[in-house]
Amino acid sequence: MSMDGSTPITAAPLRRRWLTLQLAERLALPAVWAVLIIGFGIVLPDSFLTWGNFAILFASYAPGAVLSLAIIVPLTAGDFDLSVGATLTLSSCIIGVLNVWGGVPIGLTLIVAIAAGAVVGAVNAFFIIFFRIPSLVVTLGTTSLMTGIVQLMTDSSTIGGIAPSLVDAVVGLRLFGVPLAFYYALALAVVLFYVFEYVPLGRRLLFVGRGREVARLNGIAVARVRAGALIASGVLSAGAGIVYAGVLGSADPSSGLNFLLPAFAAAFLGATTIVPGRFNPWGAIVATYFLATGITGLSMLGIPLWVTNVFNGGALILAVTVSQLTRGREASDIG
Amino acid sequence: MVPVLHVEAIAKTFGGAQALKGVGFDVQPGEVHGLLGKNGSGKSTLVKILAGFHAPDPGGRLSINGEAVELPLRPGDFRRLGLAFSHQNLGLVGSLTVLENLRIASITRDGRHIDWRGERAAAEAALARNGVAVAAGARIDRLSPVDRALVAIVRAVEEIRESRAASGRPGVLVLDEPTPFLPRDSVGRLFALIRRIVADGSGVVFISHDIDEVTEITDRVTVLRDGAVAGTRVTRQATHGEIVELIVGRRLAQIAPAHHTATLHPPFARVAGLHGRAVQDVSFAIGRGEVLGLTGLIGSGYEEVPYLLFGARRCRLGQFDLGDGARPLSAMTPRGAIGLGMALLPGDRQGASGVDSLPIVDNLFLPDVSRFFRGGMLRRRAMLSEAAQLGARYEVQPNNPRLPLSALSGGNAQKVLIARWMNRTPRLLLLDEPTQGVDVGTRQQIFAALRAAVADGMAVLCASSDAEQLAEICDRVLVFARGRIVAELRGDALTKDGIAQACYVPAPAEAA
Repeated sequence: MSMDGSTPITAAPLRRRWLTLQLAERLALPAVWAVLIIGFGIVLPDSFLTWGNFAILFASYAPGAVLSLAIIVPLTAGDFDLSVGATLTLSSCIIGVLNVWGGVPIGLTLIVAIAAGAVVGAVNAFFIIFFRIPSLVVTLGTTSLMTGIVQLMTDSSTIGGIAPSLVDAVVGLRLFGVPLAFYYALALAVVLFYVFEYVPLGRRLLFVGRGREVARLNGIAVARVRAGALIASGVLSAGAGIVYAGVLGSADPSSGLNFLLPAFAAAFLGATTIVPGRFNPWGAIVATYFLATGITGLSMLGIPLWVTNVFNGGALILAVTVSQLTRGREASDIG
Repeated sequence: MVPVLHVEAIAKTFGGAQALKGVGFDVQPGEVHGLLGKNGSGKSTLVKILAGFHAPDPGGRLSINGEAVELPLRPGDFRRLGLAFSHQNLGLVGSLTVLENLRIASITRDGRHIDWRGERAAAEAALARNGVAVAAGARIDRLSPVDRALVAIVRAVEEIRESRAASGRPGVLVLDEPTPFLPRDSVGRLFALIRRIVADGSGVVFISHDIDEVTEITDRVTVLRDGAVAGTRVTRQATHGEIVELIVGRRLAQIAPAHHTATLHPPFARVAGLHGRAVQDVSFAIGRGEVLGLTGLIGSGYEEVPYLLFGARRCRLGQFDLGDGARPLSAMTPRGAIGLGMALLPGDRQGASGVDSLPIVDNLFLPDVSRFFRGGMLRRRAMLSEAAQLGARYEVQPNNPRLPLSALSGGNAQKVLIARWMNRTPRLLLLDEPTQGVDVGTRQQIFAALRAAVADGMAVLCASSDAEQLAEICDRVLVFARGRIVAELRGDALTKDGIAQACYVPAPAEAA
């Protein structure tokens, strides 16, 4: 937009300073990430600062990255989806059970897994929207429900030997030395960024989240948008489950839930960067790998396992607090 | 007799504007004293001074039971003095029981365990003492509206009782608009409770818009007008007309009875048999290029009509004809209404009209953002330039569509939201209090925009309690009372005073 003539000339330096501040806010987290990498690089030059290490880091946290992207869709529309972790597990275990035990072709199992994710989203949406039950409660319930179903399905055991074609497609094939899994997460971020910024649906999602009554009175089908967002997060977390199954080469019925908290931390931390004040896909990606870098570096330093949980939990609370403080009274998606 | 409450020369200035110009009245022991006046006459300012929310200008005097009280009061002081308040939004917690609401002060007191048996006994005694037949264990939100009001009043009365127990002197209960949302047939129970309260020498200040109710329950009535006392009358000796005259401030003209002839404008939309929460069986027509005003006293139902027509609130019954056949309003949705060329500007600007935290440009194009979606992309640049043009046309200051809506003053935000709908050239624009919290200059700009659009054939329905505004912009005004249209004003009758006066016309007797 061109500056119109009515803007006083004295406003220009002020405006420039404001823009600089804005840019600083946008890039604060990437900068901290860079500092973190440099720091670990100095301490662990031989093990941490290698392409191989980053290739593994990028690939192994790809399911987490996809999960944080899944979460921001309903979060933008104003609903929490805590069931994404369990959906990830369900999806990867469906693949394991059908493919390994049932001998179903891998392609077909992926379709079933995605469909299962859509069903989970639809069930969540049904109770949240039709019966007006808080999304936290419903998705907490479906989390436990799915965890139980997964235990039943897998007899609580890890199923190894998933079709190599999936493993190849996720971690076997590499581009610039980085397994494809990472690029799947990036591709999804591109798609979400496009939808959020360049498609009317993205605007509707935003207004439904920020002002449900405003959206309704402006003719937006609020229930449909919310349901769509929840189904999308179900489908995307099923996608994360596929990536997870590919990364592991097996279906693990118990570890998927560990992704939940880091994914939320990344979603909220991501809302403080790139497009501050909004849940945004690039922010979520940056935040996921920022957290991953921290945890990888710390564990290379030989810091015990419990630090991971402290780090993730602390990051979540800190992210929301920092965002509240910097945005001041201005409302945001957060909180 | 020493008055229980004596108010003298109370004045209050808000930033140069005098809301109260030296008001005085007194309440005798055992008296129900009515306080009447239009919106903005100073009633609520007076109540807030008594409750300690506002400090009055120096020079006012207040005494209770003959004892001078130092002004200003601190919030909460009134309890110690034997005053109690019951406001229109009763201050009850809906999900808790009558018992918990009545005994809230006692059961939230620190440093002791709760004696539930004792609390229950106290609550039941309080209800019995006041003749209110409500179960102490019932949840507030399961009670009828009148029972809720009664519980709130009982709580206030019990506060007075406690303070009297110490001093042994009568107290004063201030009832601020207790009736507008109560069904007509249950107001009697409320009045029975009021009579019981004053039977032991306490005083009641009864604030209402409804002259009939005031005449029925009060012993004397004080009318405020423009921040001063227009007069105090003994209710039994005053006529309805005399009271209306005191409220409106001029001699009564004969008001023509409501007549529904064809409008001067060619008819465009017809509403038939509209039933909502308050409105009952309302029918009217809107002409092409007409600005039709809807008004009435609080609770009369006029304010819900725009929302009912737009499908924003549940409509029980009613037909709406936009010149292409009648359609049932129970099936109307905001989406459908927009499709029919209607637009609604709600009174609740922040809650229902725009999202403060999002950019002006996105608020502006919320209903029709899809038209900027070309070649698989939202054309951000086109949006911003059209938004800037619209901003210039509607004189939005500052005109930077990237700013969040919250960066604008109330008036400028309202201009953005009006521009949103006007830009779509609706056939029917529905407004609810369009200039609430809007400065005078902006008001005129908004009116000018409305006039321009009306000249192009748009019809406007404007619900407002602001008689001055209605007189200025409307071609015709329908006045509501108790859910029905009681007067239709146009031409010479359509003046600020004429509207105010018509609001106080006694409601037609209802068919039981």
